[in-house]
Amino acid sequence: FQVGDIVEVKADETFPCDLIFLASSSIDGTCYVTTASLDGESNFKTHYAVRDTTVLCTDEAIDALTATIECEQPQPDLYKFVGRIIIYRSNQETVARSLGPENLLLKGATLKNTKKIYGVAVYTGMETKMALNYQGKSQKRSAVEKSINAFLIVYLCILLSKATVCTTLKYVWQSNPFNDEPWYNEKTKKERETFKVLRMFTDFLSFMVLFNFIIPVSMYVTVEMQKFLGSFFISWDKEMYDEEIKEGALVNTSDLNEELGQVEFVFTDKTGTLTENSMEFIECCIDGHKYKDCISEVDGFSQTDGPLKYYGKAEKSREELFLRALCLCHTVQIKEADQVDGLIGHPERKYTYISSSPDEIALVKGAEKYGFTFLGLENDFMKIRNQENETEMYQLLHVLNFDPVRRRMSVIVRTTSGKLLLFCKGADSSIFPRVKQEEIQQTKVHVDRNAMDGYRTLCVAFKELTQKEYDRIDRQLNEAKMALQDREEKMAKVFEDTEADMHLIGATAVEDRLQEQSAETIEALHAAGMKVWVLTGDKMETAKSTCYACRLFQTSTELLELTAKTVGESERKEDRLHELLMEYHKKLIQDIPKSRGGLKRSWTLSQEYGLIIDGSTLSLILNPSQDSSSSNYKNIFLQICLKCTAVLCCRMAPLQKAQIVRMVKNTKGSPITLSIGDGANDVSMILEAHVGIGIKGKEGRQASRNSDYAVPKFKHLRKLLLAHGHLYYVRIAHLVQYFFYKNLCFILPQFLYQFFCGFSQQPLYDAAYLTMYNICFTSLPILAYSLLEQHINIDRLTSDPQLYMKVSDNAMLQWRPFLYWTFLGAFEGLVFFFGVYFLFQNSSLEDNGKVFGNWTFGTIVFTVLVFTVTLKLALDTRFWTWMNHFVIWGSLAFYVFFSFFWGGVIWQQQRMYFVFAHMLTSVSTWLAIILLIFISLFPEILLIVLKNIKEKNHQVRNKMM
Amino acid sequence: MAVNYSAKEEADGHPSGGVGVPGGGAGGGGGGAGKTRKPDNTAFKQQRLPAWQPILTAGTVLPAFFIIGLIFIPIGIGIFVTSNNIREYEIDYTGTEPSSPCNKCLNVSWDSTPPCTCTINFTLEHSFESNVFMYYGLSNFYQNHRRYVKSRDDSQLNGDNSSLHNPSKECEPYRTNEDKPIAPCGAIANSMFNDTLELYRIDNDTRTPITLIKKGIAWWTDKNVKFRNPTGDGNNLTALFQGTTKPINWPKPVYMLDSEPDNNGFINEDFIVWMRTAALPTFRKLYRLIERKNNLQPTLQAGKYSLDIAYNYPVHSFDGRKRMILSTISWMGGKNPFLGIAYITVGSICFFLGVVLLIIHHKYGNRNTSADIPN
Repeated sequence: FQVGDIVEVKADETFPCDLIFLASSSIDGTCYVTTASLDGESNFKTHYAVRDTTVLCTDEAIDALTATIECEQPQPDLYKFVGRIIIYRSNQETVARSLGPENLLLKGATLKNTKKIYGVAVYTGMETKMALNYQGKSQKRSAVEKSINAFLIVYLCILLSKATVCTTLKYVWQSNPFNDEPWYNEKTKKERETFKVLRMFTDFLSFMVLFNFIIPVSMYVTVEMQKFLGSFFISWDKEMYDEEIKEGALVNTSDLNEELGQVEFVFTDKTGTLTENSMEFIECCIDGHKYKDCISEVDGFSQTDGPLKYYGKAEKSREELFLRALCLCHTVQIKEADQVDGLIGHPERKYTYISSSPDEIALVKGAEKYGFTFLGLENDFMKIRNQENETEMYQLLHVLNFDPVRRRMSVIVRTTSGKLLLFCKGADSSIFPRVKQEEIQQTKVHVDRNAMDGYRTLCVAFKELTQKEYDRIDRQLNEAKMALQDREEKMAKVFEDTEADMHLIGATAVEDRLQEQSAETIEALHAAGMKVWVLTGDKMETAKSTCYACRLFQTSTELLELTAKTVGESERKEDRLHELLMEYHKKLIQDIPKSRGGLKRSWTLSQEYGLIIDGSTLSLILNPSQDSSSSNYKNIFLQICLKCTAVLCCRMAPLQKAQIVRMVKNTKGSPITLSIGDGANDVSMILEAHVGIGIKGKEGRQASRNSDYAVPKFKHLRKLLLAHGHLYYVRIAHLVQYFFYKNLCFILPQFLYQFFCGFSQQPLYDAAYLTMYNICFTSLPILAYSLLEQHINIDRLTSDPQLYMKVSDNAMLQWRPFLYWTFLGAFEGLVFFFGVYFLFQNSSLEDNGKVFGNWTFGTIVFTVLVFTVTLKLALDTRFWTWMNHFVIWGSLAFYVFFSFFWGGVIWQQQRMYFVFAHMLTSVSTWLAIILLIFISLFPEILLIVLKNIKEKNHQVRNKMM
Repeated sequence: MAVNYSAKEEADGHPSGGVGVPGGGAGGGGGGAGKTRKPDNTAFKQQRLPAWQPILTAGTVLPAFFIIGLIFIPIGIGIFVTSNNIREYEIDYTGTEPSSPCNKCLNVSWDSTPPCTCTINFTLEHSFESNVFMYYGLSNFYQNHRRYVKSRDDSQLNGDNSSLHNPSKECEPYRTNEDKPIAPCGAIANSMFNDTLELYRIDNDTRTPITLIKKGIAWWTDKNVKFRNPTGDGNNLTALFQGTTKPINWPKPVYMLDSEPDNNGFINEDFIVWMRTAALPTFRKLYRLIERKNNLQPTLQAGKYSLDIAYNYPVHSFDGRKRMILSTISWMGGKNPFLGIAYITVGSICFFLGVVLLIIHHKYGNRNTSADIPN
């Protein structure tokens, strides 16, 4: 497509590019789209065609259109668009119309319920809002890898310094001519002739080669293998298998397994992630009497909606009035189709309700449950089937549309008997002031309780209009609608006047059904020390109630709001924002005593704070105008955010989600972030975060395709992080430390040996041992460990989230544990070498007086080494499956077997011939090997005992308290 | 209400997770694909393999400390006593001190003929009861130097005829001499220890020679498998080594090392012993055996002895030392106090720590309980 092309899109097709909506098959020039794959909202939104082109609803007519469109440069904000269309007509003057976001059909959105539309392409390809919100996939590296690199540098330094020390000492030692070239060991002619500098360089390199095993090259192979094989356990986990979609978890990258154990910030989408993305009518109250259906439909109980439980009963007439109100006061449309629409799939029903608000559908369906069924709108008449199965007709006169400022909507209908009724429903705060005060009290109790339970509550009120009143309203409304200037304000005024002095009938409670166990999951994540942020494209009210429902905000949480409502519109909003930021900052950071700052991740604060921010305010903070005073907003904002236990960001464009993630990711200490979402609108934040998790939800596959891991449900995050993540982290951290350790104590004796062989680069071990050490003798046990170890039982890990904090902040790969392992390796290396060195003060160790040579020396050291290193792992293993037994004892057996074999056959090199067998004939060697292994492991055992005693004391003390 | 809801979820959510497995999986899902992606419910895949989960507690480890201590200390004492009972006598005959009889030979070179000889008299304070092993020891001799260690051709020593005439490059600069291949080639062979040591017992001014057995000092596998003379027509070593030349420093070719055919050529035991390179620059090598004749007399009685040395091996140039060592051998080999001491030390530490930790463990546990009960 090229910009300027006119595009015809049919129902259920996705717009191929960003279009200006010119005309649709419906006369009024509207169409319905769902932007599920853009911002996650799956409800239907109404878009309006340019007013002057709505009539051009055939191919010929649209061809005749001559117009130019001016619009702004492409920008990623989904909800902003400014443009102008100038239409030239042959016999009339040209008209210019302004274009807003309601005229723009975005690429990625899907046309619904409209046969076809015509639109003209304004942004195409990479300039569409969808493409601008998409971020390229970048290579993700885990924190463990960074630690490995840091350790590697240390070991590289050790290697270099070892080589340098040896080279230097070699030349110091050789400065004595009888050391350099004694008569028994002359150099070849070639050696003598090379330049000294070159010789030194060669020596340096030879030492590097000799000691290079200290760099655990094989670790990289093992780490990759561990990650690759280990990731299977995630996809194999049947607890993360979902019966509904018949799929389990999916692992797209195995590089980040351990990162799952390090998450500090969880960014989650709301719709489809925390919630099921379907509303459900829970209960209502009429005149203070509670009506509740005790069986919820979606649970799979398809039995007939049982008798309602009445907690006291209101008058029949009031009841019917209320239900009629529910049936009438909405903008729901009916779609007569068998196909399941994804929204409210109900197999038996031949029609589906569609609406821009899922709440309304829930209410209509709720009314249906109580006997009043909305049958649709026909020529301005709304049809209702009442409890007696009679059809009632109401003429729809006016719809006073919902808007977020009023937070209510009304309809005016005429009954068949000619009565004029106004039904109004809206948030309690906007209804209560407009009804008779004495009616409020009994309903308020229910509303408050429902709100506490996390339901979305709406109050329903009505008033009867006299014909005179109606005429006045009708006139005013029409006037306001026609007004060219300040239309909005005039309309608002009429609405204000109309919706007054009403009678409260009752209230409803609708649940945006949370996914099962999402509240428990969030609580667990909180307990595990993670901060959960909800980033959603939804309205603030909806998002807030969900946050309460899933216990992100507790009732005790003090909410700080930075939204359009608190900041206000107008010119002053920057000042107001500044004020608010300062106020919150003061509240959170300055007032809290500093001493508590030390306790990271412990929510001991007396007051929990939650922050709510919306997209427009966020863009004000992140992209301030050139005013210098506002440039540090971001910083203050971040400080506030980090102090809050929970943050809710609503009305977020996809890119803003990513911006937030990036902002947190780049703060001091670079915390590990995790994003979880299900829609295409979450892709950018999934890609931005350290770990991106996709939910295999209803909104397509984009999220799970771009994610690192995909799970069927939000609740699976709990096991994924708390059990899998924790285990993977412990496993890989141990693997890394162990590899460095085992190579250090492997090479250290070889280094020490240089001091006793004239720094001649004589290897201590046979070449076969040198190469086989990392490949065969010590690789499998650690691999098995790193795949199977469960230092704490999986069930305990999942049920006790606090354990997660034990490994937080990369705890096992900090410098302290690294130093411990390094010292352990150095200690053991020293023990190996000097133990055998002292043993060899008298090299006749056999009972027949025969002596051992240098290869036996090396073999003894190597035997002690292999056994110690393997047994050390055995000491660390807390979970001995048969595989661990097999590889640990098998490796040792293989070492012995291999040594016999290697020494039992005459190879080209015969230096190892029967060395191992001879070594074993000596009792002294046996005793020395056992002793040295024991000495090497002794500190480790001692440490375990000390830790154990300490822990026990702790436990005892705790128990006593 | 929210509580109600979650309880219900759990009630019907769990059975479907656990029991519903066969139904959902075996049914093929109805998708027709046949293969469901339902993970197998195997112990391995669910990470629920039966496993032994040891917990090292103070209660299990502390007794282990005691036991290890109780085992190690007696072993250590045993080794220590055994090592102490080993008789060892050592003479340094380098001759660096002017008073030493061998001082005159200090600066000998390889080709001095006749060899410089010297005699050192010594007295054994205690008799050597069992078999006595005679070693020579060298110090500051880097047999483990890389250039030296690799300077040999194993296949030549194994009797390979082609290697005999075309030795490995590793032997440089001791590979050929006057265009003839050296047999045995390499620095190790070239620098073979060639002092001759003879032991006499001085009894009332009469010198009785003590029989020194020169066979049985090398590893059996070396003597019989690893080292072999070249093969060919007949057993005449002179003929078999035809076309090769002796190592530069040697006075005689390899086939004249010994008169006995089974100890001559490459399978000469002195040669084999030398070819096993020592681990450290100070080392000893087995030279001769002195067997106990009968059960009535000790092998070497206490008394005066003299050591006759044909001093051929120059060590002064590299500041080396030469020693002759007479030693008896126990089941654990030669005299070495290290193992015994190490065992005793480790055993004691273990035992001691066991006691200390037990006290701490006990005390802390008790104090905590007793301190908190009144509250």
